Parts: sequence; structure tokens; C-alpha cells
Amino acid sequence: MKTMSTELAIQAEGLRKSFGDTCAVDGVDLAVPRGTVYGVLGPNGAGKTTTIRMLATLLRPDAGAARVLGRDIASEADAVRAHVSLTGQLASVDEDLTGRENLILIARLLGFARADAKARADELLAAFGLSDAAARQVKNYSGGMRRRLDIAASIVVTPDVMFLDEPTTGLDPRSRNQVWDIVRALVAQGTTVLLCTQYLDEADQLASRIAVIDHGRVIAEGTPAQLKASVGSGALHVRLLDAAQREEAARLLQGSLDAQPHLESDPAALSVPVADAARATEAIAELTAAGIALADFSLGQPSLDEVFLALTGHTAEEAAEEEVPA
Amino acid sequence: MSAPTRSRPPEPVLEEVYSALASTPRPPRPGLLSQCLTFGWRGMLKIKHVPEQLLDVTLTPVLFLVMFTYLFGGAVEGSTSDYLQYLLPGMLVQSVLFVSVYSGVSLNTDVTKGVTDRFQSMPIWRPAPLIGAALGDSVRYVVAAIVVVIVGLVLGFDPGSWPGVFAAVLITAVFAFALSWIFTVIGLVLRAPQAVLNAGFLGLFPLVFLSNIFVDPETLPAVLEAFVHVNPVSHLTTAARGLIAGEASTWEVARPLVEAIGLFVIFAPLTARLYRRGS
Repeated sequence: MKTMSTELAIQAEGLRKSFGDTCAVDGVDLAVPRGTVYGVLGPNGAGKTTTIRMLATLLRPDAGAARVLGRDIASEADAVRAHVSLTGQLASVDEDLTGRENLILIARLLGFARADAKARADELLAAFGLSDAAARQVKNYSGGMRRRLDIAASIVVTPDVMFLDEPTTGLDPRSRNQVWDIVRALVAQGTTVLLCTQYLDEADQLASRIAVIDHGRVIAEGTPAQLKASVGSGALHVRLLDAAQREEAARLLQGSLDAQPHLESDPAALSVPVADAARATEAIAELTAAGIALADFSLGQPSLDEVFLALTGHTAEEAAEEEVPA
Repeated sequence: MSAPTRSRPPEPVLEEVYSALASTPRPPRPGLLSQCLTFGWRGMLKIKHVPEQLLDVTLTPVLFLVMFTYLFGGAVEGSTSDYLQYLLPGMLVQSVLFVSVYSGVSLNTDVTKGVTDRFQSMPIWRPAPLIGAALGDSVRYVVAAIVVVIVGLVLGFDPGSWPGVFAAVLITAVFAFALSWIFTVIGLVLRAPQAVLNAGFLGLFPLVFLSNIFVDPETLPAVLEAFVHVNPVSHLTTAARGLIAGEASTWEVARPLVEAIGLFVIFAPLTARLYRRGS
């Protein structure tokens, strides 16, 4: 089924969309390789949803062009729709119907015969842990169940490209992990996932590439590691077994890493800025060779939070109001 | 909500997720009619799951029917049974037209809840959700009409012609089908379902009360009488009344149908355009 594997799954150039005077998307370029999770990261109102709605053929771009699986989203919208699924920010299922009826409805619309539609619905309900709730109206579902049903509805026919718009917003950590597992399963089966999120760890966990978007523009693009590296180096944190050896350790690290060690308030701990992991490992080896025993050490990378702050001048956490306590 | 003491919620089973993902054939696309009927089926399910939506609007006319018959019957027509004969066809019309407001409410709910997003991102015929919903709503019209007729019979209503009753229900449902496209336009323009409901009833109330449903317009002041005479709801009521009594003229029956076609031709394409354009 997956024939044109060398092609990009999604290719967008200069996508632009305004609503009245507000420019929601201001020239977005994307290149999403097949079979990967591609993260679009940004705060509320950055233009993520508008971008995804254009790519899913729900909105016509004012300017620019995009191809999904080689099909133009404007002139070949119907062909695009045959290969994509959208799981919107709102759980786009009918709350008045039962979970099972929702899935049967979608299956019937996609051309399943009546009996096949029921069988497919039951198969998906079982896989997503919703069999017990199958006959209940969706309005009585929890947030996590609703989201799972929503995703199930999107894979009644396995899509080649799946658009996921903030799939874990408002979910508790357990439900969030379940959604992550499902996304990984999707990708393992060959689906390309475009994941919009405002959660930095979500993009870090799932995406192999990330576009950071702010005020309708892509302000950075790369692998999570590249993004972190572009912002600044991480640091090697070391804690010694014997605090008396700290002076000597600092001297050795300064020599091997060519950077000024920082002595922590913990008398046995120190840290040194370091650009790459290989040099950090060598430095650790030198310490051990010199007879300095380590209690523990870690290579801390800058968090994506810091990345966002460095790139945009403001944090991505302005909308972190409704965190569900674990 | 004490999470730790609660039994573990059911979980997705990853192996089954994998097999569910792997085992999908892509069936051929269904025909346009089949898609519309599937959406019609959805409308039926909604009647089953949310019967109160139908009951609300049906009970109001039933209440009116009982109240008006016994309260005003003597004053307006000289006897309650005479007034019931006069009022029932109009109540049938009122009840069915009220139900049509919900076409707009449901469509607005779909848009605000994101359900429309899913349908629009699927490889289906774009107007299918609209047409299917209108088909489902037509079943509501017939149900509402039957309720009114049954209550009328219980109160002692005497239909002149049963085929006429059938025809009156049919023509009222056809008119409501056409009228519902105004409400779907409103449903796509306004922001919340409740606003659509309010706007719909606000528009419908004057049309229903300033018609010949309740009183003979000859008794009204001239300006009002003139309005009642051009009000399409009056035309529909006249047709229903004439059909039920078995004495409708061709023009009386044709007039509301022509008006229905007019409504449909203007507002159905407008709905489709607004719907396609999205939010």
C-alpha cells in the first residue's frame, strides 16, 4: 500500500490564512517525511490548528500550496480526504450516540457493509478498552475514553496520514500515556502523524522532527536534539563520593572539556558546560582513571521549555492552567 | 473522585490496536444515496437517544391545543368542539414548524462540537450530512404531526377525510423540510446552539401567531389582516385545513408547495455554501 515511500508525506510552502484582520498563519513551510511523527509545537493561538485544518482540507489557504501524499490540498481535496484522518482539538464524535454507534456511522460512511461495520466497530472498541462502554452515550464518557474513541473513529480505515490536534490536552497522565502508545502503534504500522501540541515533553517523546511555530510562522525546525543544541549546550553534572577530591576533579574537567567548572552548593557536586556527549564520556573516563570515584553523573540537556524561551522570548506555558493533578 | 481506591479503568490493548490497524481493507466508496441514508440513520438514533428534543416541541402545541380549545373555544367559535375543528389543522402546522427549528440547532451543535470537522475531512459527498439530517428530521415532522392528530382525536376531533389528514401531514412536512433550511443557515451563522434555538423561535412566533391558525383573520384590524393574508404559514394552514375537511382547492394546496420550493431553492444552496466554507 505504501508505494511512494521516498516522497514526503506532507509538503507545504508558504501557507497563509487570515481571519478578518488577524493573520493566523503567516507563511508556513513544512516537509514531513513518511512514516514519522512530525511535531508542530507552539503555544495557544500560534496557528497550529489553522495549519492542520488547511492540510486536512477543512480550510482553503489564502496563499501558498501544500501537497499531502503528493495530492494538492486545494485542487485534489477529495483525493487527500481519502487518505487522511483528522482528530481535532475537540473530540469530534457525536455525544448523543453511543461509542459503538459512532464507529458504525463512520464505517458505514466509508463503505463498510452493515455487518462489516458492526464487526469493525467491535474490534476497535475492544482494542481501545471501550467494550464495556460500547452501549453508553458518549456524553457519559471520561475525557480519556472520549479521546480514545475519537482516535478509533479516525482509524476505522487505517489512514496514511493522521492529523492529531492536541490529542492529550486536558487528559490525566495515565490517559495521556495511553494516547502516546496508540500514536506509536500507528507510526509503527506505517502511518505518518502530524502532531500539534503545546506540550514540549509530548513533542520530545513522540516526534522525530519538530517545527516550532509562533505567531503563524515556523521559527525553528529540526530534530528535538538539534533544536536543543541550537539553543545552547547542556551541562555535565557530577557528584563525587569524596568531597575532598572536588578541587582536583574541577582541574581535570577544565582541562579535558575546556570550560570553566561550576562548583555547586553541594560540596561534592560540580557541573561543566559541554556541547556533546562524546566529550563528556571521555571526561568521565579521565576522572575515573585519575582515581576519582563518582557517586553519580548526568548529562543534562536544555529542556524544550528553555528552547522555546530562547527562540521566542516568551515561554510556551502561558496556557498551563488546567493541569489535572495525578 | 479518589483515584487510588477506584478500580483500574479499562485500557487499550496494544496488541489489539496493532491488529486493528493492520486488518483494514478499504471498502469501495458508498453511493451518494447510501451516504445520505446513513446520516438519516444518525438522525433516527438521535430521536431514540434524545427523545426530549422532540417531546418539548410536540408537547407545547398539545398544551396549546387543549388550553385554547377549552379556554377560547366558546368565545371564538361559540363551542369548544367547533373551535377544535378549526384549530387542529393549525396546531398540526405549528407543531411541525417548531420541530424544524431543531435542524438548525443540531447543525450548530455539530459545528461547535467538532463533529462537522470529522465529516468534512472524510471522503464523502459534502452535502450528505445536510441532506441526511434533513431526511431524519422529516421523520420527526411526521411523528409530531401524528401526536397532534391523536390528541385531537382524543379531544373529539372529527376529520372530514382521512386521506385529507394524510395529505395535510405530508404537505406540512414538505413545507417544514423547506423551512428548515432557513434554520440551518441560522445554525451556521450563530455561535451557540441555544442562540439558534432562541433566534428560530423568535422568528417563528410572530409568523405562527399572526396567521390564521388561531382566529379567523376577518376579525383583525386591517393591517394585521393584510399581513396574515400574505403570511406563508397562513397559506399552509389553509391548505391543511382544507385537506383535512376534504374541501381544499387546487390553488390552496399548490400555494404552500410553491412557497416551499422557493424557500428550498434559496436557503438550501445558501446552507451548502456556508457549510462548505467552514468556520
